[in-house]
Amino acid sequence: MQLDAMYQEIILDHYRNPHNKGLRDPHDGEAHHINPTCGDEVTLRVSLTPAPGGELDEKATVADVSYDSMGCSISQASTSVLTDLLIGRTVADGMQTLDAFTELMQSKGQGEPDEDVLEDAVAFAGVSQYPARIKCALLGWMAWKDAVSKSLDKEGV
Amino acid sequence: MSMRELERLDVEAVRKDFAILSRTVRDGRRLVYLDSGATSQKPRQVLDAEREFYERHNAAVHRGAHQLAEEATDAYEAARETIANFIGASSGEVVFTKNATEAVNLVAYAMSNAATAEPALSRFQVGPGDEIVVTEMEHHANLVPWQQLCQRTGATLRWFPVTEDGRLDLTDIGELVNERTRVVAFAHQSNVLGTVNPVQTITARAREVGALVVLDACQSVPHMPVDVGELDVDFLAFSGHKMLGPNGIGVLWSRRELLEAMPPFITGGSMIGVVHMDRSTWAEPPQRFEAGVPMAPQAVGLAAACDYLTSIGMDRVADHEHRLTEYALDKVGSIEGVRIVGPTETVDRGGAVSFVVDDIHPHDLGQVLDDRGVEVRVGHHCAWPMHRKLGIVATTRASFYLYNSFEDVDALAEAIRDAQKFFGTRP
Repeated sequence: MQLDAMYQEIILDHYRNPHNKGLRDPHDGEAHHINPTCGDEVTLRVSLTPAPGGELDEKATVADVSYDSMGCSISQASTSVLTDLLIGRTVADGMQTLDAFTELMQSKGQGEPDEDVLEDAVAFAGVSQYPARIKCALLGWMAWKDAVSKSLDKEGV
Repeated sequence: MSMRELERLDVEAVRKDFAILSRTVRDGRRLVYLDSGATSQKPRQVLDAEREFYERHNAAVHRGAHQLAEEATDAYEAARETIANFIGASSGEVVFTKNATEAVNLVAYAMSNAATAEPALSRFQVGPGDEIVVTEMEHHANLVPWQQLCQRTGATLRWFPVTEDGRLDLTDIGELVNERTRVVAFAHQSNVLGTVNPVQTITARAREVGALVVLDACQSVPHMPVDVGELDVDFLAFSGHKMLGPNGIGVLWSRRELLEAMPPFITGGSMIGVVHMDRSTWAEPPQRFEAGVPMAPQAVGLAAACDYLTSIGMDRVADHEHRLTEYALDKVGSIEGVRIVGPTETVDRGGAVSFVVDDIHPHDLGQVLDDRGVEVRVGHHCAWPMHRKLGIVATTRASFYLYNSFEDVDALAEAIRDAQKFFGTRP
């Protein structure tokens, strides 16, 4: 059954028991994203730590990602997986992971995800077969990208 | 309730006219199409009519003097006559638009244009101090154009609230619709709740204060007998694609004297009287509101859809959907963990059945239903403020039409139970 390919146990686990959920301070940037087709939303905060002796830039470390959200299992689980993947990594690493995840989502079920890069996020490969659900899977990721760019912009001002 | 007993609609015979209904989806599942509120499927007769036009009579209408242009123009105007008859109107009162959304925008933008025009257009003018009244259950298509008109002109937007059980709260109608009210715009039937609104009550109050009444008939004209003479509204909008017709055609109906007085919305070719380099005059309606080469093949297709519905009888279509709705409200509503959003009785209620299932997001529910071949709509159905009012992010909606069977409702109920099992929310 195709449904099982989409709703992997990992996804349902993250949905039922989301990791790192709840908004926390301090944070450098915050983004609020809405999926206009269904009204699902996420508010996501990013806290960054500059590299030793450096500024808040691509080399900064993602110290925390916190979020509040409501939505379907795919958007909830995807955001939860994101926090596991990106907390503790550099912004540059995070952007690469984002690119890999976006590519997987656009693969129409043909993608061969790199488990070293995407870890639990490989479970979302099945979602890419359903165009209407890709937005759900990307909701938190787009909010993360936005929140990071706001954090970096703030530094530049 | 009609006095005479209606002969029941023969669903199996109807279904044979809709080729798409015999295809399968998702690994050989029988297609259970329950999304006619979004768009309807098309019978062979409609597709044939459109093809016949293209193969025999295709030309730009109201232009050219050659034979094809004559035939195309005749077909286009005959279609207008058929569509007008379908709603009890005369053909000079029927304006073709792209869809109902454009029809509502036509009225809103005509009023916007009138706002800065000469006093002769005062009946269409709104400005600071004036009020436009809508309802909380409106589809975005009958809400956003009025928001925008208010923003452009300084008028104030007000609205009827929706009650918990999905009806309009008319308690304050006397205050809400008052001497400052210039327009009252509302849905004949809610696309989410299925609620059929009390047109007469609202229109009577609007008449007392001299407000124009705009009725969104997208979910009524396809599903029940509608006679503009009985409704006594000023404008009525509906879409062809929701009533077995082609995409790309909608209708704005209005009383002749209003159309004659109203300024145009979209300007350009074939809507003009005389054009000079620095000024123009307007054609008589309906041409005044149909700039550019019109959608003649779609008009012909929509006329064929009207003929098809007429041959079955709109009272029988309404009766069939009524029985389906009654069955669905019982069958779906009685599943543990399911709550119907909207009236749970079939009084003043059409065939859109929206619901929420405990602990399953509509997107996830829709995914399981789709896996079983049951095609429904999930989300806010372009009625976001109403969902917000009812404290719900999104709902799942099953909407019926003449080709749906009781078996379709059974398939829906079974698929909902499957989803509950799949997500482990019910044994």
